[in-house]
Amino acid sequence: MDVSGLIVDDCQNGIFRVHRSTMISQEIMVLERERVFDKCWLYLGHESELEQPGEYRQRSVAGVPLIFIRSADGVIRALHNTCPHRGAIVCRQPEGVAEVFQCFYHAWSFNNQGDLLSVPDEAGYSEAFDRAERSLCPVPRLESYRGFYFVAFDPGIESLFDYLAGAREYLDIVADQSLAGRMKIVAGTQSYSIRANWKLLAENSIDGYHPVTLHQSYMAYLAGVGGLTREGLKPGRGLSLGKGHAVIEYQAPWGRPVARWAPTLGDEAKTEIEELRHKLVERYGEEKGLRIADWNRNLLIYPNLIINDIMAVTVRTFAPVQPDFMEVNAWELAPEEESGPRLSRRLHNFLEFLGPGGLATPDDVEALDSCQIGFRSGGVQWSDISRGMKREALTSDELQMRAFWRQWNAQMNGLPIDDWSDRRVGEAAKAE
Amino acid sequence: MAFSWFKKNGTGARPSLREQVEEFLAEEAWLLDEWRLDDWFQLFTEDGSYVVPGTGDPQADPRSALVLIDDDMVRLHWRIERLKSRHAYREYPWSRTRRIISNIRARDMGDHVFVTASVVLYRFRHGHADPFVGHYEYRLVRDNGSFKIQQRRAMMDHERLTPNGAVSMIF
Repeated sequence: MDVSGLIVDDCQNGIFRVHRSTMISQEIMVLERERVFDKCWLYLGHESELEQPGEYRQRSVAGVPLIFIRSADGVIRALHNTCPHRGAIVCRQPEGVAEVFQCFYHAWSFNNQGDLLSVPDEAGYSEAFDRAERSLCPVPRLESYRGFYFVAFDPGIESLFDYLAGAREYLDIVADQSLAGRMKIVAGTQSYSIRANWKLLAENSIDGYHPVTLHQSYMAYLAGVGGLTREGLKPGRGLSLGKGHAVIEYQAPWGRPVARWAPTLGDEAKTEIEELRHKLVERYGEEKGLRIADWNRNLLIYPNLIINDIMAVTVRTFAPVQPDFMEVNAWELAPEEESGPRLSRRLHNFLEFLGPGGLATPDDVEALDSCQIGFRSGGVQWSDISRGMKREALTSDELQMRAFWRQWNAQMNGLPIDDWSDRRVGEAAKAE
Repeated sequence: MAFSWFKKNGTGARPSLREQVEEFLAEEAWLLDEWRLDDWFQLFTEDGSYVVPGTGDPQADPRSALVLIDDDMVRLHWRIERLKSRHAYREYPWSRTRRIISNIRARDMGDHVFVTASVVLYRFRHGHADPFVGHYEYRLVRDNGSFKIQQRRAMMDHERLTPNGAVSMIF
């Protein structure tokens, strides 16, 4: 299938369009598997989820069933969840602690490093039987950055460090929120699905143009409980971080449990939050300390990881099941030292906006559903993502989405990737 | 509006606790299916709560774990205000819903009544008929010959929230 010409990227004239077949075509979804998901670093989980030796989580990464586990030797591993004998999944609980995984089909058993331990009636096999080869298969690549673990199915992929490019600075800002130096995933997962193409959620999660309209009822809630103050808010910006990663960084009227008090966080929290804010400035200096405290960040790590550091911090991954159906998993990240009322406060701040039962996310789900229905209506072939193309991008512009789409287009067409900003793409076009 | 069958059944027999609870739950379900949200809100005590745990752990404690909904009466008030506005787009226009409540168990705990019940809620919108299946746990307190809700915990049986990925109506 020819996938060239699906993007119109004309920086000189400020035109950027994406062909809507990218959202509905089965063939394109199949190619995405091979050219995007098999060629990227994909988020697997956070180190805090595996505290003790043998602790594991079943994970599906872009539809691939994996075991995310801390083995007896303390090393975190990612193993394909399939018996090397005949295929059954060997880890059948969503999470737990195990010394041994025994396949229920023929009782082959493996230690928590994946090594084959025993095979019933092993004498039935010839000398060619290779125990190492019949052990649980690790993923080709597993690397971590600041506690975030990623897998890659391409053994030749660049290091995770290089892959993350400009996104590292933003992962640092998130990880540095813990004064104890360790972030944790709070217990509980929000697992849901959306009847829409997965790329719509990549766009939506870093879209600073829609909140004023789509989330006005959330803003009304904030105003209603006395929490809406726009005083002293500085204008934000949208940035491409290279290799398809992108961010919007901005100030907003809501409170941030890390260190920006607002009435929704409760009067009793005011002193404590101001103290935290002071400590952040003490630790990191005024510029970085206040950046952590006051500024919000919606971060896309290409292709399918969102870390939104907003009224709480959510870590969200998603993957296609069908062109018009995706599965989403979302977690909450918090400083490890938070517990009791402090953690409770953060959880409430999260739920007021985020998740399938929040006062905002359901409307995002509706918007994405609605776009997918709209794509069926035909007539219009292209979606317009050109906003802010001829100026220094603001939060409400669409540079972030263009960064995503340029990387996607480069991967799908086997083009070299050089995508840091509209300007650079424009200059490259001029040079030709 | 309320159809009080046990007062009209002519036998004069005092309805059992389960029958009283059943009528109360049927009334509540009717209010929600009719989107009479202000009337539904009045069913709660001032210290009432409405919790929907995530699909992974129905027993999760919302004070220390991420759930889907953890409303006190302030947040529940705003949830309802939002649903009544034209700006809760997932529910504007309101979806059609029908709740079937069954398998009701009620136990008198002295100062409150502990109730469990099964629920199948169907939500109809955009050409889809989406089931939400689960069970409720209520802590009811007696009030004027009927009950008020002090705790309402709605737990889903789904392994993930699918095919409909939002709890936009009251579950």
